[in-house]
Amino acid sequence: MSTLSEVVAALKDRFAEVTDSEFRGQTRVVVQQSQCFDALSCLKNEYGFDMLVDVTCVDYLNFRDATDRFGLVYVLAGTESNLQLTVRVMLNEPDLTVPSVVPLWEGANWMEREVWDMFGIRFEGHPDLRRILLPEEFAAHPLRKDYPLQGRGERHNFPVLTRAEA
Amino acid sequence: MAIELPENVVVSKLDSLASWCRKNSLWPMPFATACCGIELMATGASRHDLARFGAEVFRFSPRQCDLMIVAGRVVMKMLPVLQRIWQQMHEPKWCISMGACASTGGVFDTYSVVQGIDRFIPVDMYVPGCPPRPEQLIQAIIDLQDKIQAEGTIEGREFNTFARQQRKRALMELPIIGGPQIIMPPRQGVN
Amino acid sequence: MTTATRTIGSASAREEDYLWTLNFGPQHPATHTTLRIVLKLDGERVVDAVPDIGYLHSGFEKLGEHLDYNQYVTVTDRMNYISPMANNVAWHHAVETLLGIELTPRCKYIRVLISELARISDHLLSTGAMGLDTGAFTFFLYAFYQREKIYDIFETLCGARFTNSYTRVGGVMHDITPLVVEKIRAFIKDFPKTLEDMEKLLNRNRIFVDRTTDVGVLTKEEAINRSCTGPIARASGVTRDVRKDQPYLGYEDFDFQVCCAKAGDCFARYYVRMAEMRESLKILAQAVENIPAGPANIGVDERTALPTKQQVYQTIEGTITHFELVMANRGFEVPCEEVYAANETGNGELGFYIAGDGSNVAYRARCRPPSFIHFAVFPHLIRGHTLSDLVAVLGSLNIIAAELDR
Repeated sequence: MSTLSEVVAALKDRFAEVTDSEFRGQTRVVVQQSQCFDALSCLKNEYGFDMLVDVTCVDYLNFRDATDRFGLVYVLAGTESNLQLTVRVMLNEPDLTVPSVVPLWEGANWMEREVWDMFGIRFEGHPDLRRILLPEEFAAHPLRKDYPLQGRGERHNFPVLTRAEA
Repeated sequence: MAIELPENVVVSKLDSLASWCRKNSLWPMPFATACCGIELMATGASRHDLARFGAEVFRFSPRQCDLMIVAGRVVMKMLPVLQRIWQQMHEPKWCISMGACASTGGVFDTYSVVQGIDRFIPVDMYVPGCPPRPEQLIQAIIDLQDKIQAEGTIEGREFNTFARQQRKRALMELPIIGGPQIIMPPRQGVN
Repeated sequence: MTTATRTIGSASAREEDYLWTLNFGPQHPATHTTLRIVLKLDGERVVDAVPDIGYLHSGFEKLGEHLDYNQYVTVTDRMNYISPMANNVAWHHAVETLLGIELTPRCKYIRVLISELARISDHLLSTGAMGLDTGAFTFFLYAFYQREKIYDIFETLCGARFTNSYTRVGGVMHDITPLVVEKIRAFIKDFPKTLEDMEKLLNRNRIFVDRTTDVGVLTKEEAINRSCTGPIARASGVTRDVRKDQPYLGYEDFDFQVCCAKAGDCFARYYVRMAEMRESLKILAQAVENIPAGPANIGVDERTALPTKQQVYQTIEGTITHFELVMANRGFEVPCEEVYAANETGNGELGFYIAGDGSNVAYRARCRPPSFIHFAVFPHLIRGHTLSDLVAVLGSLNIIAAELDR
């Protein structure tokens, strides 16, 4: 059973340009977009991170000193080793595509669909990449920072029923 | 049968009889979407016991109900469903908008929440609170019963008064935040 | 809804025209909330189920980017609305992890008390609703009556029946009062009897056992691979429990056990929930007798928790702190960092991924909702079972739509 620092060191050996940081006892690594699937599958198969706790994304449009637009976040945990590791992948327009991790963890299916729905990041090889929370005909990705909180009028775009016609 | 009674005498009596029957046998259709639905369940459960007021027969089929209780926020994906269920209910029918979210959108002034169901379907009674306590819902049902008794007619004329339509129109013409640009294509009729 | 059904089912439906397509929801009594499942049936057997969610998507995460760390707690109430206290605790646990705040011992105990009460009320509703769906209405009434007692405790504690918004950054809204302690003690004394009655009603009930055993089986490997947590995973033999694995709020001080089963079917999930209520009672009994003395909120000099009125009016530090926290563009200092912090709530691991940008409004407030992840497993669980098993599986998963869609 390897410790978290050994895992991070091994990752740095295997993959180029992996950076790591620590904050409040949580270890985070940033991997390159092209190596993201390999790094995650290595973590799952060789270091026992068998549970994908969460997949989410942050839009750094207005974030101070941010150089990248999107940060995709995978929170991994090992049920046996009881380790937790956050893997981040930085993405920039126009190439908002990463390989899907559904072949590794089935649980990623809906989480990736949610990220696609909310941020418009495509997951290549996803079995069923449709919108999940919003209607199919919705045009925007609402959790992006350039989308207003109150929307663009979609919420009131419906016919009105009166007493007489109902 | 050429006997012509003065119209107002007979009709008013039948009206009040019909209203009395209607008010004491309200069958609610719980359109429970969110937190208020739990309070709606609590209202029906043992401690608060809605059965004391003759409105406990919860039926989930809109065809059997005459009171729709919209409990919880209604979002844009749900609204066509709400309208369809409202249309499926038979006249006479009433609607209680339970809680801040159903009445005004509540704290959820966001891109997907409809800011008050009265923009899209007629509402008879609003219950404030987030969520309202069961006592408040019971009070709303009692008030609705009084309202049915006071202004109900056997043909449902009270639903078509000019003043009522005016009121509804005023609500309809509230400005829509976000301006005239519509991103989504307009939906076809809810049928 | 027939046109929509056709687009949602996959293309193979055309070749298998003998299959029925049945639309289940979004307004159906057995869904309890608003979710929709498009089922493909071969006679009564479910061949495939395509969930269609989002009927309650209200933009919680977008709202989290516009409300400050104390205001957002009101929104977390409405997330998993059958155990709002647990959500409050989870949200502020994440915020305090981001800010690096160490709570006072008294506050930790208060939070343990309320999150265990919330767990009991969560399990009461989920097992109660499962009983309701499989035909045991009495069981539901028993459960709901005890929930009312928990509501009473919460009402005495903070004035609201169930959208409590009780926690604050660095503390809680009000300190716990002796009356609440008394009520919790009475609850601990009374509740085991009801729990016994409830177990007697269902544990060996032929109808219930037959309807739930070997239905919706989830193996241990699948549970891990599909990210299941909480009672769902523990009923399949996964021993993961955030309270034990990454102790927070001083859970390491309490003597309790992680309840697990091996079968992974609906009955095991019901059984694990019933057992967890007993363990929660054990924690409650230990916590309520040992509440440490001292302040509930962290000190004024930390500049994160609102001072009491007395401090505001009578001390200069209190006045300054109050001013700093209440003014619009002031507030506490938040690092430009990101954390993921999770709590074990009744439904599973409820985590928040918060990105701070220096202001007192979160830059990103992501919630990891257990219901969302558990509902993704649903098609896998129901495939091959009959239509009537659907409500049992749905009840055992305890899907809360507001948490599912946020």
